[in-house]
Amino acid sequence: MAENHLNESRVVVIGGSAGSLDTVMRIAGAINEFTQHTFILVVHRKNTTDSNFEDLITSKTRLLVKEVEDKEYITTGTIYIAPPDYHLLVEDQHMFSLDSSEKVHYSRPSIDVTFESAALAFGTALTGILLSGANADGAEGIRKIAKAGGYTIVEDPTTASAAYMPQQAINLVTVDAIVPGASMPGYLVKHLLNAGNR
Amino acid sequence: MSSTEQNIIGDEEMNLLVTEVFRLYGYDFTNYARASLKRRINRIIIIDRFPSFAELLYRVKHDPSYFKRLVEELTVNVTEMFRDPAVFKTIREEILPVLATNPFIRIWHAGCATGEEVYSMAILLEEANLLHKSLLYATDLNPTVIENIRRGIFPLSQMKQYSENYNLSGGKKDFSQYYTANYDRAKFDDRLKAKMITATHNLVSDRSFNEFNLIFCRNVLIYFDKQLQDKVFSLFDESLQKLGFLVLGSKENLRFSKVAKKFAQLHEKEKIWRKIT
Repeated sequence: MAENHLNESRVVVIGGSAGSLDTVMRIAGAINEFTQHTFILVVHRKNTTDSNFEDLITSKTRLLVKEVEDKEYITTGTIYIAPPDYHLLVEDQHMFSLDSSEKVHYSRPSIDVTFESAALAFGTALTGILLSGANADGAEGIRKIAKAGGYTIVEDPTTASAAYMPQQAINLVTVDAIVPGASMPGYLVKHLLNAGNR
Repeated sequence: MSSTEQNIIGDEEMNLLVTEVFRLYGYDFTNYARASLKRRINRIIIIDRFPSFAELLYRVKHDPSYFKRLVEELTVNVTEMFRDPAVFKTIREEILPVLATNPFIRIWHAGCATGEEVYSMAILLEEANLLHKSLLYATDLNPTVIENIRRGIFPLSQMKQYSENYNLSGGKKDFSQYYTANYDRAKFDDRLKAKMITATHNLVSDRSFNEFNLIFCRNVLIYFDKQLQDKVFSLFDESLQKLGFLVLGSKENLRFSKVAKKFAQLHEKEKIWRKIT
């Protein structure tokens, strides 16, 4: 597909850490109709081989859910999950790659790493969402998404179970929307519908 | 590491560096995965405090001693002992009994970085009473990192994690018997390295140098594009005996390569293949 034919907000990348799981699952349950979009999840997890997370998300959505393998092709109608112990990178608009280099903000996968490479690959077609967390990861990534012309949504720190992560992003950059976790699924759906009609 | 870098280098700058590195030093990064390589170049600009990409390029072009550092930092040398313990459990229970029937066992750790995996394998072989008839070839692109294998010294702070991994891999002994703690370092027993052969080998440009019963190449191919991955899979095919084993990283796959038909996956959930023809 040619770069200038990208739809607005065709790709959504979501980052979260402590206290974000509930919101992530409710988002997964709200986006069933968006089969022409691509969703990418980067959630800090314990460094174990638990595939529970993938199962948990799968149980909430009719979209395909897939933990990313190296050089996997990016398709629509799919929720991709960053695998534990790897950074997830967007190689170009069509392909993921993985990287097992140093942790960033004590995290692998790091939200910053995925957000930054997604911003480079998708530019204005990207929506970035940063949820609850007790870590500085993701703030710089939100800045990169905004700089590349993408749309940025940050969970409202005043109601987030861990305020630090979304607050760091708000301190660093003027985001497009600050939304309470409880309203996040509805807000995202409305945003994607509006973007599609522009 | 902070990731508060202000500027991200573009494709043109990356291509310029790759071209110059190949022209001056013969190391070919052309078919490395782009997103990761770009991150590594940005990272070195930050940690070595270059004001801009131009200064990095100038230094690389005019200071051959700096080039050594560049290669070390562009390539990823993160590794651990018994990483993905389930893989080592499978090797213990299903692969070593097969290898035991051979008069000699040749193993290649391709892209072994600082050698944690090579020591893990030596421990497995010793516990199966096979180390005496084994040779472990440990190769990497970086001369500096493989020096560490000859020393056998690893950070003591990692030993708790490695000990847990070892137990999960089916290890029955007290892991601390394999090393001597000294300040913040753990020095592994010399008998483990007696059967290790270290050498520099560049998977991009160097050829097959022996025939092996088992090849490890874990979390190396993720840094290559599909074209280069295919080339390296062919190199492994040439370097494996019939019925030899190939162990890849947990998110890497042989499935879409040209040599896929010649291999069978051992279990669906583990990234171990056997050469069947």
